[in-house]
Amino acid sequence: MNVELLIQLIINGLIIGTLYGVVAMCFTLIYKASQIVNFAQGEFLLIGAWVCWWLLTTFHLPFYAGFLMTLVFMMVFGILLQVLVLRPMIGEPIISVIMVTIGLSIFFQAIMNWMFGIFVQPFPRIFETRAVDIFGLNVQPAYLMSLVISVFIMAGFAWFFKYSRLGLAMRATAFDQQVAQSLGISIKRMFAMSWAISAMVSALAGVVVGVVSGVSAALSFFGIKVFPAVILGGLDSIIGAVVGGLIIGVLENVAEYVDGQWLHIGNLYTVAPFYVLIVILMIKPYGLFGTETIERV
Amino acid sequence: MATNTMMRCGEFKTTYRADTTIFPTPWSRNFAILGVVLLVLAPLRIGPFEFVSDYVITLMIQIGYLGIAALGLNILVGFTGQISLGHAAFFGFGAFASAWLNNVLGIPVFFSIPLAALWTTAVGMIVGIPAGRIKGLYLAIATLASQFILEDFFARADWFTGGSAGSLAAPFSLFGHEIQGDRQYFYVVLAYMLVMYLLATNLLRSRDGRAFVAVRDHYLSAEVMGVNLTKYRILSFGISSFYAGIGGALYGHYLQYVSVEGFNILLSIQFLAMVIIGGLGSVMGALLGTIFMVLLPEVMQGLVGVLKTTEWGNIPAITDGLTWIKQASIGLAIVLFLIFEPDGLAHRWRMIKAYWKLYPFSY
Repeated sequence: MNVELLIQLIINGLIIGTLYGVVAMCFTLIYKASQIVNFAQGEFLLIGAWVCWWLLTTFHLPFYAGFLMTLVFMMVFGILLQVLVLRPMIGEPIISVIMVTIGLSIFFQAIMNWMFGIFVQPFPRIFETRAVDIFGLNVQPAYLMSLVISVFIMAGFAWFFKYSRLGLAMRATAFDQQVAQSLGISIKRMFAMSWAISAMVSALAGVVVGVVSGVSAALSFFGIKVFPAVILGGLDSIIGAVVGGLIIGVLENVAEYVDGQWLHIGNLYTVAPFYVLIVILMIKPYGLFGTETIERV
Repeated sequence: MATNTMMRCGEFKTTYRADTTIFPTPWSRNFAILGVVLLVLAPLRIGPFEFVSDYVITLMIQIGYLGIAALGLNILVGFTGQISLGHAAFFGFGAFASAWLNNVLGIPVFFSIPLAALWTTAVGMIVGIPAGRIKGLYLAIATLASQFILEDFFARADWFTGGSAGSLAAPFSLFGHEIQGDRQYFYVVLAYMLVMYLLATNLLRSRDGRAFVAVRDHYLSAEVMGVNLTKYRILSFGISSFYAGIGGALYGHYLQYVSVEGFNILLSIQFLAMVIIGGLGSVMGALLGTIFMVLLPEVMQGLVGVLKTTEWGNIPAITDGLTWIKQASIGLAIVLFLIFEPDGLAHRWRMIKAYWKLYPFSY
């Protein structure tokens, strides 16, 4: 039994878990605000990372400028997506809405692969990459940075929904659309804003992952990995998304450890979260923090 | 009885029998029979003359086996209202199961196809057990998980799938006569297609079929009226897996080789796209949607071929990006159909029929 490796893997799991948590939060934000399940969440990461990469490598912009432009682009992109594609879907059955986001997902995936290729492209050097020694463990500074940024985003979300006017209006919309509307909140604007924020924050996560391990089509798999996390945490709970993301991140790495040490069946890293997902759906379909809906006839 | 006149101002049904009949008018029955006859004649070759080229035959076979699987998904999604993102996994399971039954147990292909479908049904019902408890979005995610789990199983179960080497499937044979070539295999697919489509149409006229629709429309009311929700949800999963199994087995014995790759989430999405583009809750729609989804990449390929001859042909992005153009066109088709024609091609088909029924007087 290799304790050091296990600890290293758990740390990695926590770091990747915070990223899952951030993406899961964006997913939950859209679901809470507009009741739309976004299967294209992973593509937000993909598009954000590629756009940023393109700005940095083609125009040789400094990182902060390219990054800000990416965020602006993603905001416009999110709003346009909501207005042009998702708004006509209001009132349609849930399967249609799911299918629209799935269609968007494979469309953007194909377009991104077409434009930028399928190979991993490294980001230009932004930070020094000497490993930092923390409690005797080697941690890449990029990972550390991603951890800090993720925690920062989470804190930002907490502040936004607790104190800012827009955040409060969004929560009101999520709670009851009709009441929110009667209090003078523009529901349409809230929907568009939730997509814009979700796209922006996802792009941020995409850039972070891109800086750490290069940009590639594999980024869109984050959008799939997010499902175990949100289901575990409860679909409509922001805190649940964070907790779920952390648990899934650690679980993946522990599964890899168990696999590598004893089982030797391979690929458990990718599949273990989905087994967990099925088990959760069987025993506790509303997750750890989700709202239970009780139906009585 | 106004059965032999073509012009009627509407359909007036006075009995339940008339309401549930497969062909509402004699003409629709005659057209269906004519269509089948034309399909039977299609692969024939008289001397050097052939009705359709080899290429069209391969496309029609493709439409056949995919259409059977798509119909299964339509029974699940369109009639019972359960979403499945894992249909490709069942399709693949059917292909592997039939090859395995034939290779390992030595069961003739003629019997291994339905047996493989029954096996797939069992797997589908196991996967469908969560469906007894959850619905809508949660079900979509659960079936997504089962897609990944089954895909992982294919990659790992060497005894069953041959692992990364894939498994060989024997050609179809009937009474010791081996089916050779696409033109002969076309009849096998056509026979299965007719049987499966007739079965589905009949199923939907029965008590079980009506129960499916009741579960879809309002499951609480359905339960109040005595429809056993869990039973029908799982049954629907079973039936849809049966269709996927038949389709997959036909696919396997057509290519005579089944690879572990290819039964991925993208194929599942394509099946869903067939159902949605064709029209949810329509037997005809499943077929129309399959035709659309099979022809769409071909049209894209043709388009790129045409572009290559023009001055655009020098742009490497257009010539090299064919795979992505195909995939993007699928995604775009799904989105555009859902926004502009949410009832699918079947609805359009009904409009065309209604127009011609009263032609040239529209009232």
